[in-house]
Amino acid sequence: MSTVRTKDLLEHFNLELVAGKDGIHREITTSDISRPGIEMTGYFKYYPKERLQLIGKTEMAYYMELSDADKRDRAANLCTDITPGIVISRGMDIPEALIEAANESGVPILHSPRKTTRVISRLTNYLETKFAPFTAIHGVLVDIYGVGVLITGQSGVGKSETALELVKRGHRLVADDSVEIRQEDYDSLVGNSPPLIEHLLEIRGLGIINVMTLFGAGSVRSHKRISLIINLEIWDKKKQYDRLGLDEDKMRIMEVDIPKATIPVRPGRNLAVIIEVAAMNFRLKRMGVNAAEEFSERLTTMINNEKDETE
Amino acid sequence: MVMQEKQVKVGLAAGLQARPAAEFVQLANRFSSHLYLEKEGKRVNAKSIMGLMSLAVASNEEIIILGDGTDEQEAIQELTAFVTE
Repeated sequence: MSTVRTKDLLEHFNLELVAGKDGIHREITTSDISRPGIEMTGYFKYYPKERLQLIGKTEMAYYMELSDADKRDRAANLCTDITPGIVISRGMDIPEALIEAANESGVPILHSPRKTTRVISRLTNYLETKFAPFTAIHGVLVDIYGVGVLITGQSGVGKSETALELVKRGHRLVADDSVEIRQEDYDSLVGNSPPLIEHLLEIRGLGIINVMTLFGAGSVRSHKRISLIINLEIWDKKKQYDRLGLDEDKMRIMEVDIPKATIPVRPGRNLAVIIEVAAMNFRLKRMGVNAAEEFSERLTTMINNEKDETE
Repeated sequence: MVMQEKQVKVGLAAGLQARPAAEFVQLANRFSSHLYLEKEGKRVNAKSIMGLMSLAVASNEEIIILGDGTDEQEAIQELTAFVTE
């Protein structure tokens, strides 16, 4: 997980640093944003001081009605030694008392011209991405017909070769060999390549090739949501492989369950076509068309009819 | 089975550059155990060259070599010897 500091917000957003520049290296430890409304009344018992604070129109209007002594008191209480920053939205004028308190304690005050709700959603999105649970998995991530397919399997089983064939067929490579995965929200996984090996593919016997320069900008993607996992394994005669496709296997990555299919590898099997069809079939299922289930129902009806006739 | 692990300080003067990384991976592939290399909490498969290079392991950095399988001890020993030489 990466650390986020107040200066990162200044770099990523249209924010102006007005006061407290000593504190721009303060670390932001949570994606929650606090709007200190009740604190403006003087109630600081549950003040979430470690959060980024956001003062909107309502809070500011109330603050402006306070007496000078109260203004100084609230400002001093808001600016603690761990508060990572105070954002003032709508480009409102910043009261002198707040600027003084911020400069004294080193709490950066950031000025935004945008509306409060906009600022909250943009900042929350940014912080949640930064604080998202993170892991790395050995595999190849390819975008096939818009479905993010993570191909896993033992080293040397042919993941990269399959990815190359898929790219040749017009699909897009996201990451080879090592996929960095971030959990967004509670139900979504997004994969990307480690920056150092982006666009690269390693093929035994050829070495490292650059997919983007070889096949063009349309053959790569920077990141993609993972919807399906295809696990390649050397054909094991004793193992039972799915013959019907009625049951959906799942694999858990962090807190998310992703549908998974295990495909046995044997010389002469065209894996790229099989994976391509797996991705299409997955799309079809999500659109409500399930070939295996429809067939199974037809078979059941047929068997029941036969039974009725013989009775 | 419990995974065996060993913390190692990289002794290779130039770190795990492309050529040493390839040799490292080739060495790892001689063993049947599952082998991993970890740096700063990021774990990659020690048998895959791209994953290994994505870590950009420099000289004097602390890494952890992990192994799970029948020849894990031997594998960890040889890989350790390779990076500390």
